[in-house]
Amino acid sequence: MEHSSLAGRIFRGVALTLILIFFMFPIVWIFLMSFQTNEQILRIPPRILFEPTLANYEALISGQLRTAAGNLQISFMRNLFNSVVLSSAAVLLALLLGVPAAYAFARFKFRLGETIAFTLLSFRFAPPLLVLLPLSLYYQELGLNDTYFGIVWVYQLIALPLILWIVRGYFEDISPDIEHAYRLAGHSWREAFTRIAVPLAGPGIAAAGLLSFIFCWNNFVFALILASADKQPVTVGALAFVTASGIQYGQIAAAIVLSVTPTLLLALYAQRYLVEGLSLGAVKG
Amino acid sequence: MARLEINSVSKAFGAARPADGLSLAVEPGEIVAVFGPSGSGKTVLLRMIAGMFEPDDGDITVGGRSVVGAPPERRGIGMAFQNFALFPHMTARDNIASGLRAKGGSSDVAGRVAAISKLLKIEHVLGHTPRELSNGQKQRTALARALIGNPDVLLLDDPLRNVDAKLRYEMRLELPNLLRRGTAAVLYVTQDYREAMAIADRIAVLIDGRLAQVATPADIYAQPASVAIARLFGDPTINLAEVSPVAEHGMLSAEVAGARIRLGAADGATPAGQWWLGVRPEDLAVSAVATDDAIPARILAVTPMHEKAVLLLRLADGTEWLAALPPDAPQGAADDSVFIRFASDAAMLFDRATGLRIGSSHRLKAA
Repeated sequence: MEHSSLAGRIFRGVALTLILIFFMFPIVWIFLMSFQTNEQILRIPPRILFEPTLANYEALISGQLRTAAGNLQISFMRNLFNSVVLSSAAVLLALLLGVPAAYAFARFKFRLGETIAFTLLSFRFAPPLLVLLPLSLYYQELGLNDTYFGIVWVYQLIALPLILWIVRGYFEDISPDIEHAYRLAGHSWREAFTRIAVPLAGPGIAAAGLLSFIFCWNNFVFALILASADKQPVTVGALAFVTASGIQYGQIAAAIVLSVTPTLLLALYAQRYLVEGLSLGAVKG
Repeated sequence: MARLEINSVSKAFGAARPADGLSLAVEPGEIVAVFGPSGSGKTVLLRMIAGMFEPDDGDITVGGRSVVGAPPERRGIGMAFQNFALFPHMTARDNIASGLRAKGGSSDVAGRVAAISKLLKIEHVLGHTPRELSNGQKQRTALARALIGNPDVLLLDDPLRNVDAKLRYEMRLELPNLLRRGTAAVLYVTQDYREAMAIADRIAVLIDGRLAQVATPADIYAQPASVAIARLFGDPTINLAEVSPVAEHGMLSAEVAGARIRLGAADGATPAGQWWLGVRPEDLAVSAVATDDAIPARILAVTPMHEKAVLLLRLADGTEWLAALPPDAPQGAADDSVFIRFASDAAMLFDRATGLRIGSSHRLKAA
């Protein structure tokens, strides 16, 4: 790397900048839109320079949406809160169930083991809409309709297979001898699991948790059908911005910025756990 | 002080039988090397003792108590793995101390870690994580971890496999002293016969899940129970020739590549049919002068190896033999015609049908 020529370095810089602009543009544009009024957004040609306004954020946070047709009540903050609660609870439950299961699938051969693991994965194959009708009937029967628990449960269809399959791979990469050595040193099976297997699979668990958090966060149809207004997450809540008097682009942009923030913060925080290579050098190098 | 006893232990994985009626006892303070070609079941045996697999049949006792079915942490066993198996997220110090801390009660953890790491010369790297250690330091850390708890039984699974040649040589000298510090019964698995001979009090030769011979290193080398064992020990490997000996006046003799060779006293063994004659390369003498008990041969190649010279020879019937000669002995050059001789007591005879050494059947049964 240090020996590359000046031309090479300049080319790399230009290429990186181009790629960065290509990928970042929509996000930056939305960020800019969130500080503009609808009129400013819709003007042709669009301008980079404008007078920023916090009106969009104010509307979201106060829950008062002013449109040409009059004032509308929106519960965006409530939706945001729901998203945080539902996604975190779903991921926590999935980790609690999925990590031990992944360990079992990685370490032990048992009857129907592969079949069970594949069945769990196959939940991801079925289009959610196909499952939804029977599911909503069951939910009504069981009284789970429009409950946090009901939605967290149905989110397991998203989170559990993901965690199971990603974490399983990480467990399989850990030499079983490391756990054997720990047990011979006088530790129980449970201690070998919690103090050796789980910490060593840590990056994988963090990655799987983060991914399933994002997938839960972005889910739309499950919550649309199975929850009513006060339990719905931001993805469903954003529908409120399509009003009778037009689409509120400014508020939508602000809503996107607000709803991306928690996942972004989580991703930044989890990043240091995602760094791989912790287990390198443990066994023969 | 506990004796390790393995009583007719068997284990099968599908069609493979890595342990087929194994019986072996290791006294406290004794080092027994389990030696055999790869796939002979050495590691499976260790893992059954350590509790990673349970035997299908038979019993394993430590100090008279059966450990079969007991979880690994209750067996009083220390083990060093071929791949080191250090805990990657802990420092070398914590790796070594993990066993002491688990058992609790040990007051002076720091002191004992310091003592054992001084012995293994790793005091200066105790604060490092495994990935910052060299392979040699990793192996020493793994050994320290296995040794520190003074286990009743110490299992070493080819611990020198993954360290470089110089270090392996050093450790071969160091290990016997280290292992004899305590009173552990030591099982040392290796694929290197020199390592087995350097370190062990006795060698258990494991072939295809069965113990082919258990004896001291010297006995195994001088009196291998079968032709297979004779070929596993020694570098260059033992020379073999097909012979059909005859007895005359109580003396055995046989024709080797056209020459009639005396093989020593018949010892009551009746020569019957097809045998192997085995002679170790270092027992051969090569000279340019013909005598009546010398085998004519032609030198194909000479490999000087500093401490010895190895000659590749072709006998009249096409058999190729190796001779290992002291470097200062007259050797000749490639394509020379020479005559090879060996003392009759250097000749080993094996039954060609069973592979067993003639006259060693009683010894086999004892093993």
